[in-house]
Amino acid sequence: MNKKHLFAGLAVLLVIVLFGVGVFVGRANNRDVAAGQVINIYTSRHYGVEPVFQEFTKQTGIEVRFTTGSDAALRLRLQAEGKHTPADMYIAVDAGNLWLAGQDGLLAEVQSTILQNNIPANLRDTNNRWFGLTRRVRTIMYHPDRVSPEQLSTIEALTDPKWKGRLIMRPSTHSYTQSLVSSLIAAHGNAGAEAIVRGFVANETILIDSDTRILEALAAGQGDVAITNHYYLGRLLEGNPNFPIKVFWANQGERGAHVNISGAGITAHARNRANAIKLLEWLSGPNGQELFAGSNHEFPANPKVAAHPIIAAFGEFKTDPLNIGEYGRLQKDAVELLNRAGYR
Amino acid sequence: MVVSPNTNQSKRPSRLLPLVLYVTIALVVLPVVVVASSLLTPSTVVWRHLAQTILPMLLGNTALLLLGVSAGTLVIGTGLAWLITAFDFPGRRQFRWMLVLPMAIPAYVMGFIYMALFDFAGPFHTFVRFTWGQDAYFPQIRSGWGAILVMTLTLYPYVYLLAKAGFEEQAGSNFEAAKALGSSKLRAFFTIALPLARPSIAAGVALAAMESLADFATVRYFNFPTVADGILRVWHGMMDLGAASELAGLLALFSLFLLLIEHRNRGRMKYYQSRGKLPGIPVVKLGGWTAVLATLCCALTLFAAFGLPLLQLLVWAVREFAILTPAVMATYWRLAVNSLTLASLAGGLVVLLALIVASLSRLSGRRTLQNLSRLVTIGYAIPGAVIAVGILLPLAFLDHSLNIMTSELWGFAPGLLFTGSLVGLMYAYIVRFMAIAYSSVDASMEKITPNTVLAARALGANARRVLFDVQLPLIMPGVLAGAVLVFVDVMKELPITVMMRPMGYDTLAVWVWQMAAESLWTSTALPALIIVLVGLVPIKILLDASSAGDKKHIG
Repeated sequence: MNKKHLFAGLAVLLVIVLFGVGVFVGRANNRDVAAGQVINIYTSRHYGVEPVFQEFTKQTGIEVRFTTGSDAALRLRLQAEGKHTPADMYIAVDAGNLWLAGQDGLLAEVQSTILQNNIPANLRDTNNRWFGLTRRVRTIMYHPDRVSPEQLSTIEALTDPKWKGRLIMRPSTHSYTQSLVSSLIAAHGNAGAEAIVRGFVANETILIDSDTRILEALAAGQGDVAITNHYYLGRLLEGNPNFPIKVFWANQGERGAHVNISGAGITAHARNRANAIKLLEWLSGPNGQELFAGSNHEFPANPKVAAHPIIAAFGEFKTDPLNIGEYGRLQKDAVELLNRAGYR
Repeated sequence: MVVSPNTNQSKRPSRLLPLVLYVTIALVVLPVVVVASSLLTPSTVVWRHLAQTILPMLLGNTALLLLGVSAGTLVIGTGLAWLITAFDFPGRRQFRWMLVLPMAIPAYVMGFIYMALFDFAGPFHTFVRFTWGQDAYFPQIRSGWGAILVMTLTLYPYVYLLAKAGFEEQAGSNFEAAKALGSSKLRAFFTIALPLARPSIAAGVALAAMESLADFATVRYFNFPTVADGILRVWHGMMDLGAASELAGLLALFSLFLLLIEHRNRGRMKYYQSRGKLPGIPVVKLGGWTAVLATLCCALTLFAAFGLPLLQLLVWAVREFAILTPAVMATYWRLAVNSLTLASLAGGLVVLLALIVASLSRLSGRRTLQNLSRLVTIGYAIPGAVIAVGILLPLAFLDHSLNIMTSELWGFAPGLLFTGSLVGLMYAYIVRFMAIAYSSVDASMEKITPNTVLAARALGANARRVLFDVQLPLIMPGVLAGAVLVFVDVMKELPITVMMRPMGYDTLAVWVWQMAAESLWTSTALPALIIVLVGLVPIKILLDASSAGDKKHIG
């Protein structure tokens, strides 16, 4: 006999059955991957994507499904899945991530005159593997009761000792900080950028891991100036038009304000490539731009599309013309620099 | 299957059983090995950079967090458990089960709630500034102690539950004897009750310590980088998955070391204690200010760890209700169904495997095998994101090999059977949460003394009756507890689910994470509340079952 064998056998069988259920449930979810009228997306942008895709589905009848995640994890997954990946498109919220995806061979080239015409050259990959869709400007924010705009000029000038204990920034773990430092490296070289970051550290900069919280802390008086993305202010102003914080476009006398993108590329092994290109083109056009950028108070990458009124009220400004693929190339240097400078 | 070794000496040891056991252990340990194997080819350049820059800070912070959370959960968990076991005071009956409730709140949710409440712009600090001036002192929550506080408040229930069980199982006679010999009640507590409950308490503290080692979301809210956070810094920031794995491998080695200490500690203190129908530790009725103090201790802990966060979630939820659309409601419903599906599947699967490992290793009667089987608990101290990497890579390899094989043989490719389905996800949950189910099941098996089985056999029961009438009823509470704990943990689980779920298979926790990452706190409220409420149901079941178990305790 063996009762013990019987039990062990039963247990193993049960495990197999449960695994089978797991495969079934998961596969059922993926069943129409190859069915045609669908696009599957990996996206690290989670805010406001759903209404945009719903509108696209309404106009074209193509269903859009997406899985969110953090950028590095989504790229690893794309890499591991290789040619069997269900994903047709990769959307990221930082140029560095798109650059890396292109570099790792995860994205395919797309030749499209529509995209060429809609997206300016410095906001897309030189090899057309990814395209910026919205612009987000990381710049100086201040409380007008305690700071006058005349006292402000550049990001670099915030290392002046007069801002000691008054400046709020994001920790080094966030790609926003890393890309900002990459742009400093591009402008000043490694040593120059390190001196600037050491200046932030010496100024006992307050580090808060949420741009919204930074702006709230600024309003409450924890600091007087801060560096955040512009659209977080737009979002707060939409909820409360009297929110006291003002935006200052940094580095206008020189290279222009630091700009980043959220953007997308078609995966190297996309099964629904034609549909995915259709979506990408639609997102770069007036309709898609208005929804995709406007819902998050970002600036459309397409210069022909008008910005949301709340951020249009922030005024005209000049942006750094650097090709934003550079942020990806310099990211590792930036992180090591931040570590060396003792910027947490 | 749970027959203890002594009754089986007559039978020849089976060959299949050790094989099943080895395979299970190997599968659970595999991802950890995949990650740790990177240590064989160290990335010296990265390590030099880390050693010169952030590594000392990461190690210091990790040590501080480990010490703080261990001490905090030890004091609060054990203290409250003793209060509930040995004293009677107003509200004791309610506090007895309510003190477990904070377990239902994920640490990352607690983290952003405490941040919202106590940060500079939060209501408490604002009130202090408003009343006593802009420069009035207020402790800085965005710090190491903030992280320690929040983690202690979410993790103390582990210690409380286990310590309470440790105290309640003790026969009161030892304690009475000490008192009769002139010991004060306090002294009797430290010399008799506490040492007797030490294995349980140590197990609880070890769980809390491992949980704090693996956390990366909470420490980030408080800007208190630990080694777990360093892994993500190296992977995401320096784009070096190899070096990140090495750091994770070190973390795994360290937790192995922790496990060994805990095991040695327990090994020397092996008591088959089962007080049966004997009276437990005598309950002293408190009166006057001591009673008020006792009630206050329980009430304050419960308020800080459960009431306050729940209140904040409710406030946000009310705001959310005002703008709730049917479409969003439908989304929440879908998320809840997904979460429940995953949690139930994982709960059943993990506890089943834990049962197999625990019982087979006992059955084998071999010490080495029993020690080996403790390895399955190692995943608990490893950050979920790292486990996900350790599973994704071998499973993807398996998927690709399978596809190549089928296309060669039969000309069709089934696609990603493992990584594209729930299998990879379940596998990761098993690795991560085996420790919880295993310790729970194993602890309940510990209670079955060889004498219990021998007595039953001597009374004429055959092996089947011993199993179904004696052993299963005895371990059932442990099995149930294990399943429930895993269920609750999977409801809360974040990094593995984010990385390994099939396309579009979102859960409540994933939604909360996304909204929190965007600082949209009101949108986190309803899904977070559902996580908490769903977590409460099994906790209640568990507590009812354990108190029922107490009543019909078999000696």
